[in-house]
Amino acid sequence: MNFVAPDFMPVLPEIFVLTLTCLILVIDVFLEQRQRHITYGLAQITLLGAALLTLLTYSQAPVTTMFGHYIKDAMGDLLKLFIYLASAAVFLYSRDYLRQRNLFKGEYYVLGLFGVLGMMIMVSAHSLLSVYLGLELLSLSLYALVATDRDSPVASEAAMKYFVLGSLASGMLLYGISMIYGATGSVDLQVVADAVGQQSANNLVLVFGLVFLVVGLAFKLGAVPFHMWLPDVYQGAPTSVTLYIGSAPKLAAFALVMRILVDGLGTLQGDWQQMLIILAVLSIALGNLVAIAQTNIKRMLAYSTISHVGFLLLGILSGTPEGYAASMFYTIVYVLMAVGAFGVIIVLSRSGFEAENIDDFKGLNDRSPWLAFLMMMIMMSMAGVPFLVGFYAKWVVLQAVVDIGLVWLAIVGVVFSVIGAFYYLRVVKCIYFEKPEQSEVIELSRDTEIMISANGLLLVVLGLYPTALMTWCAAALLN
Amino acid sequence: MLSELPLLSLVIWFPILGGIAVLFVGDENPVRVKALALTVAILSFLISIPLFSHFDATTAAMQFQEFVPWIPAFNVNYHLGVDGFSMPLILLTAFMTVLVVIAGWEVIQYRIAQYMAAFLIMEGLMIGVFAALDAILFYVFFEAMLIPMFLIIGIWGGPRRVYATIKFFLYTFLGSVFMLIALIYMYNQASSFEILDFHKLPLNITEQVLIFFAFLLGFAVKVPMWPVHTWLPDAHVEAPTGGSVILAAITLKIGGYGFLRFALPITPDASAMLDWLIITMSLVAVVYIGLVALIQQDMKKLIAYSSIAHMGFVTLGFFIVFGIERSTGSLSGAAMGIEGGMVQMVSHGFISGALFLCVGVLYDRVHSRQIKDYGGVANTMPIFAAFMVLFGMANSGLPGTSGFVGEFMVILSSFKASFWIAFLASATLILGAAYTLWLVKRVIFGEIGNQHVAELEDVNTREIIMLSLLAAAVLLLGVWPDPLTSVMHASVDNLVQHVVASKLL
Repeated sequence: MNFVAPDFMPVLPEIFVLTLTCLILVIDVFLEQRQRHITYGLAQITLLGAALLTLLTYSQAPVTTMFGHYIKDAMGDLLKLFIYLASAAVFLYSRDYLRQRNLFKGEYYVLGLFGVLGMMIMVSAHSLLSVYLGLELLSLSLYALVATDRDSPVASEAAMKYFVLGSLASGMLLYGISMIYGATGSVDLQVVADAVGQQSANNLVLVFGLVFLVVGLAFKLGAVPFHMWLPDVYQGAPTSVTLYIGSAPKLAAFALVMRILVDGLGTLQGDWQQMLIILAVLSIALGNLVAIAQTNIKRMLAYSTISHVGFLLLGILSGTPEGYAASMFYTIVYVLMAVGAFGVIIVLSRSGFEAENIDDFKGLNDRSPWLAFLMMMIMMSMAGVPFLVGFYAKWVVLQAVVDIGLVWLAIVGVVFSVIGAFYYLRVVKCIYFEKPEQSEVIELSRDTEIMISANGLLLVVLGLYPTALMTWCAAALLN
Repeated sequence: MLSELPLLSLVIWFPILGGIAVLFVGDENPVRVKALALTVAILSFLISIPLFSHFDATTAAMQFQEFVPWIPAFNVNYHLGVDGFSMPLILLTAFMTVLVVIAGWEVIQYRIAQYMAAFLIMEGLMIGVFAALDAILFYVFFEAMLIPMFLIIGIWGGPRRVYATIKFFLYTFLGSVFMLIALIYMYNQASSFEILDFHKLPLNITEQVLIFFAFLLGFAVKVPMWPVHTWLPDAHVEAPTGGSVILAAITLKIGGYGFLRFALPITPDASAMLDWLIITMSLVAVVYIGLVALIQQDMKKLIAYSSIAHMGFVTLGFFIVFGIERSTGSLSGAAMGIEGGMVQMVSHGFISGALFLCVGVLYDRVHSRQIKDYGGVANTMPIFAAFMVLFGMANSGLPGTSGFVGEFMVILSSFKASFWIAFLASATLILGAAYTLWLVKRVIFGEIGNQHVAELEDVNTREIIMLSLLAAAVLLLGVWPDPLTSVMHASVDNLVQHVVASKLL
């Protein structure tokens, strides 16, 4: 058999990130602690370079390479661009936080970049094998990141829990993949899709495989009832890592669901729609209800994430291109909000002080009116109040659900989002209606301040003019 | 030349941008902030005047229209326009905001820039609600309004402000989300979010009833109608004076306006079928809430309950049309009910705003809203007492004041529908007089109640200006309501014709 070299051009961004990450790993060894900012700078350059490469190779028509294991299409490129953007913001926000806690090490950035690489592979995977490869690369980086603060018992516990449950989920996913492979004889998503479409595959095995896949995906997304790890990990991990976990990986998880369920098993939509409805309703209900009882803001945002995952599933389960576009829009918007929310939390923390409780936000309006305003915008956006982009995200998802005649599902969604509005309002209440308990001046470095302002204002700007991003999402899912 | 200007956009965005500018000026120089805020408010009012002077009262068509595609994927457009219903309410909004800025002049000491900015932004959003002709645009303005009001009550309110403001927010939010689902549902039928397309959309009776209830939830909370009114007394009592004024004078009107713009024309058959429900709720508001108002110890709470009772009149007037058609077989008098409701909305905007400002004047001096802490105020504040008596008379519907016109029209037209409806509605004349005049008697007249009252100083120039502006409006509308009613004749007639025509397939 002759070996034919595959076309490497579409994989250029991945190759670039991998090369530079390895380079950073080597360079970092030779740096002294005071020169650590070089590692940080290089990490940002990697993301910038990858973004440029993705933009340069952007094409609307999908290209598969690596013997069908890899696909480059508009959806992947769009998601990757937002992954770079979110990761760059994460690296910037956490820089000062890490420095104050003696956690400012090369590992954070190297692991972060490996995670980015994993996400890129997930986003562009075109076979069940490469999906799994990307997912494991991301997950292993995340397990290690959660444990970076070795001396913290909470963080170690969170890392342990995350690792055990994450491995279980990976096992489920792998078991499902093996069944799909058994039923269709291939891991290539195109071949799987064709086989399922012609019903030449054994249906019972296929549906069993689907169940395991959905369970595995629900674990990774954090959908109820497979959400147990999420609050503990969000709370236990250092805020810089929570910030990372809460943002870009959601984009990759969305791609994961799209690739496996829609691209691969799209013809089984009738089967997985039922499962996703249950997951979505439980996530929206439980996420919003339990979040009310939280006093720790990181834990509260974890439950809020669970409810957002439920909303995201609403779009996918509609099974229409408009629904997928709506979900993608929702995911991107959610990531922008999550980066902003955790970003504000992280800049409020100082050396020796963690801003972790909702009470730590008391009187923020007196300490820093601008940060208070940004946080209010982010909270209102998460609650889905208009003129903020969070409203449009909820609206398009509900639109997709009503389109397929599931009006009751839309009603469940809005009722719980009203209940959910309460805990977002409570944060705004602390910020604006209470007197500050601390008087320390909030110090922000110039670049962090610019980034976080841009982040918050983006939610307003997108709220006034959401068309561009919506159209972009719709165009990306056209094929 | 004037017709070329995007007048409505200007009226919406000028105060919003002005509010942002006020925020950036900051608290360092309070005088400059207040001057800027007042300039913005007055200019916004001046910009809105051409809407009235250039309004073509002969047509029910939308005027001053602006149309820009906004979210083409869902056929959502930035579509503005006004007719005889929305135009007077826009002017009322711009006018009341000027008064609110004046009212906050010396009283608000804490975070003055944010206070002024919140009201200016609120003004733009409320005008947006009245001007929007696209359902999503309407919804966006409708919901966005909650944020500034939430902050106004929460930051500058009284001791239980947090409870009151969260209750206010969640109540209104819950009411309106069902409306969103109804709008999405209709979009699937009409492929458009244009409100005017919804008016023409044929719907079967089940759909109409469900959509009607979605609207009812959204707007009944806003009006507020009995039994979903409980947020209002809390919000009013805790809100700062300016917040109460805007709540009573404008945001309640948005609920009434919603019935005219959405519920009646979009679901006429369901409205006809369920008009007994609205009329019952309205009459309960008029009679029962009137009785509740009678026993209040807190002046603001009393006026809040009086607002609910008066708004009951508005919804009664809007929905009496079907009763008239059923009992007389003709439509004569139906238009008067809707027109009366509209006059009542504008008039109540002036009167309730004025009463809240009066309470504010007293509260600023004595720091109490309890009726028992006053008595004999007329002895120390004669000018103020004159104003308060005037507004009290207007609130109880004395002929010659604006309060009389709307109530009289509604009662007259409900007589055509049923004697008993008219009878119960007329109870407001007695109850309204009872609780308002008794309030005035206990606060204004009699012996000087205590030391605080004895030391009161009469209203200063600033307060005289704002109260006399309102007094002029109340009297003018009372003796010469024609400028207001003539602009809406065409729209009202059009609506009456529209709602009696069935939309069933």
